[in-house]
Amino acid sequence: MDFVQLIIIGIVVGSVVGLGAMGLTLTFGILKFANFAHGDMMTLGMFTAFAVLGVVRGPTLEPFSIPAGLILAVLVAGSAVALLAASLDRLIYRRLRRRGSALITMAIASLGIAIMTRAVVQLIWGPLPKRYSGGINPSWSIGELRVKPDQLLIVGLTLVLAVVLYLLLYRTKLGKAMRATADNAQLADVAGIDTERIRQATWAIAGFLIAAAGVMFALQAQLRYDAGFEFLLPMFAAVILGGIGNPWGALAGGLIVGISQETSTYWIPSGFKAGIPFVLLIAMLIARPRGLFGSTF
Amino acid sequence: MSLLEVVDLEAGYGDVLIVRGASIHVEPGEIVTIIGPNGAGKSTLLKAAFGLIDIASGTVRFKEQDVTRMPAHRLVEMGAAFVPQTDNVFPRLSIRENLEMGAFRRKGGTTERIEELLGRFPDLGSRPGEQAGRLSGGQRQTLAMCRALMLDPSLLLVDEPTAALSPAARQDLFRQIQSIRDSGVAILMVEQNAREALEISDRGYVLVNGAVALEDRAEAMLTNEDIGRMFLGRSEVTG
Amino acid sequence: MLEAIMGLAMSLGDPTFLVTFQGAVNWSVGFLTTVAIFAIVVLGLNVQWGYTGILNFGVVAFFMVGAYTSALLTLGPATGFNAYILGLDLPVLVGWLGAALAGALLALLVGLPTLRLRLDFLAIATIGIAEILRTFARSGNGLVNRNEGLNGIPGFLAGTVDRGDYKWLLLAIALASLLLVYLLVRAATESPWGRVLRAIRDNEATAQAAGKRTTVYRLQAFVLGGAIMGFAGALYAHRIGAISPPGFTDLFGTFLPYTMLIVGGAGNHRGVILGSLVVGFFWFGTPLVQESLPDAIGTNVFVWRQFFVGLLVVMFILWLPKGLIAEEARVSRFLPRVAGGPSLRARITGRFRAE
Ligand SMILES: Nc1ncnc2c1ncn2[C@@H]1O[C@H](COP(=O)(O)OP(=O)(O)OP(=O)(O)O)[C@@H](O)[C@H]1O
Ligand SMILES: [Mg+2]
Repeated sequence: MDFVQLIIIGIVVGSVVGLGAMGLTLTFGILKFANFAHGDMMTLGMFTAFAVLGVVRGPTLEPFSIPAGLILAVLVAGSAVALLAASLDRLIYRRLRRRGSALITMAIASLGIAIMTRAVVQLIWGPLPKRYSGGINPSWSIGELRVKPDQLLIVGLTLVLAVVLYLLLYRTKLGKAMRATADNAQLADVAGIDTERIRQATWAIAGFLIAAAGVMFALQAQLRYDAGFEFLLPMFAAVILGGIGNPWGALAGGLIVGISQETSTYWIPSGFKAGIPFVLLIAMLIARPRGLFGSTF
Repeated sequence: MSLLEVVDLEAGYGDVLIVRGASIHVEPGEIVTIIGPNGAGKSTLLKAAFGLIDIASGTVRFKEQDVTRMPAHRLVEMGAAFVPQTDNVFPRLSIRENLEMGAFRRKGGTTERIEELLGRFPDLGSRPGEQAGRLSGGQRQTLAMCRALMLDPSLLLVDEPTAALSPAARQDLFRQIQSIRDSGVAILMVEQNAREALEISDRGYVLVNGAVALEDRAEAMLTNEDIGRMFLGRSEVTG
Repeated sequence: MLEAIMGLAMSLGDPTFLVTFQGAVNWSVGFLTTVAIFAIVVLGLNVQWGYTGILNFGVVAFFMVGAYTSALLTLGPATGFNAYILGLDLPVLVGWLGAALAGALLALLVGLPTLRLRLDFLAIATIGIAEILRTFARSGNGLVNRNEGLNGIPGFLAGTVDRGDYKWLLLAIALASLLLVYLLVRAATESPWGRVLRAIRDNEATAQAAGKRTTVYRLQAFVLGGAIMGFAGALYAHRIGAISPPGFTDLFGTFLPYTMLIVGGAGNHRGVILGSLVVGFFWFGTPLVQESLPDAIGTNVFVWRQFFVGLLVVMFILWLPKGLIAEEARVSRFLPRVAGGPSLRARITGRFRAE
């Protein structure tokens, strides 16, 4: 395939990775542990949206292939995963925090939650792949290049959510308190910030973002119960590339991961492209573990 | 009526008990200084009183109310404030944002209060957008103190505010503390620069090994031979 | 994943045979052999996580590398439609040795760049390895025979006994290997070296202050654990005779061992062997009762047990963080605890060590 075409695909894939990674880096920066359930929350998000589409579909929104109901579906799936993530914090992580458990213990708990979530998805929706719509999405041609409207939608929504996240973090009291908590949680406590509420809000925001990423992914591909888990490593690679706790870094990292992964198929068999995020991750850990942009945000 | 009353407090980190049965009190409008050797548990005492670490036994009362083991943000709501010894600003937030965080619990009037404090401390007021991590040691202490004052507390706990400061900056800071007290805030301060601290204080405590070894009026402590030898520097002992 | 489960169910004997005495014996022999192999993996994990605090989320990768290495060393050259490298026809014992070395090598490769950093970086780096190895195994032409996998892997001492009795020999081999590995890891962790590991796990700063190069110790522990997992993978490959990429799932090869470790009690070798047995019985025993479960559960029994294993881990972390058999409280001879009066945490919570 043409190299520039591969870059376009890379940007689309990278947007999905970046969208999910922004949520992952927020929890990493504020809760301080790696959340291994993030990928399976993505799966849950895409399937919840699928369920909503089963009830409310509406007409197809030309020129995209998506039905109108998908707008509602994203909101419902985002809210559902947000609520679930915040509840899990209350039920599980908060107990561990209060007890002074090691952060690494929370990481193991998150893996347990990941396994449970994947099981729940299979129990509700069965083992077979699903699709949002049967319709094909004809490409627009720009000279030699071809772009699908759906792909533009994915990139566009990612950018919109990134801007919203920026405004939230820098213009609202909640967002500033989130940054303060990431900076120094004990001082945030001292200053009178109810950091437990901040943590819950962080989970909710991360949950919303990852659900949205799940839906965006499923616009282009089949919904599978292990689809989100396969995104976990690329998302972590993006988080580390961008610097832990840095959402813009995570978005940029996601694009780097997506583009390198897709363009690699220009030189190597596409079966090996799954190794690219891993290589990037290791290279980054060797060269600059703080990330390309540091963890300032 | 004591503003703050700590009775037989035992507290520490993980497996280790650091504060071992300390009792102190602060009256409204007072400056009280705690001195003591390194590692005596002075910071630990302040943190425990502020609900930041595990308390094994004892009670903390603030404004006549039992606040033992109460989360810090509740104490802040009740009118207490704390400036920790280290890491007492949010380095990646701007000066203005640091102050806003001090007013997280405040419903209205935040902007006015920020302007007021920025006006009072021109060092900060000249560049409210600067990241706090870029400030000098003295400016950081001032910012930390301003953050603590955002909610007009009636009690301010300060842990070694002058530790990393030049003599001139130290003088400034002690003057600031006095002016804060003059505005009606009681201050409980831990200090290594015992002489200067006691000179502006009403009373003082000597904490040794997690317990109060001595308690007295500040003037009396300044002239106490033992304290002079141990904490004020022998040559400086005056009659 | 399904194939792995089916494969195991088959290697464990057809559940319906359980009604007969012979069937029950067959199942039990197969079950114990599997559990013994898992227990070896878990002992390797115990060296890494239980003793050193290294969070390895790619256990199955080490297991898989061991399985493939030993198979490739002991199989004959590729023939017919098969295409794979090596095929050296070496003795099985050499294969096992190679498997352990391969596991160690993988640990070295992953550990070198990550172990000097935050602990969770290793977990992050390892979570993807298995997926990558599976993909490589599937896509690499002429590498390891892609999705067909490797078949006809020779059994150890297979020709020496009757076909019908071979299962007993397999069990004996697995148990003997388990005993060997148990003695090895016990000796290692009881040694001064092992005490340093625990000191690093419990308080890295203190260990560093005592002049221990913590990264080197961690790397050694990680490599030892990797070698043990590689060896277990080899045992597994020679026991079932055929391996292919879809058989090595994270759920089966990584999460199940973690569950066994956490249920048994990390940091305690006997505890984790018990954990392997208990969790193994739940995992491999569920298919047996499938028939008698209510339909709603019975038809999805494999998914339900996955759910419960996840739940088990979370519940143990919350309510029984030290597992069924807690690690003995030991005070390191080299790194005395900070002096300073009675234990506060013990007074508040009655627990000795924060997990
Ligand atoms: N976070 C912590 N975890 C474990 N031990 C700690 C911690 N912070 C302090 N300690 C220990 O508690 C003891 C008392 O510390 P603390 O900071 O209260 O002393 P201090 O009187 O404030 O001393 P300094 O004058 O040096 O500030 C010291 O032995 C110290 O090593
Ligand atoms: Mg101190």
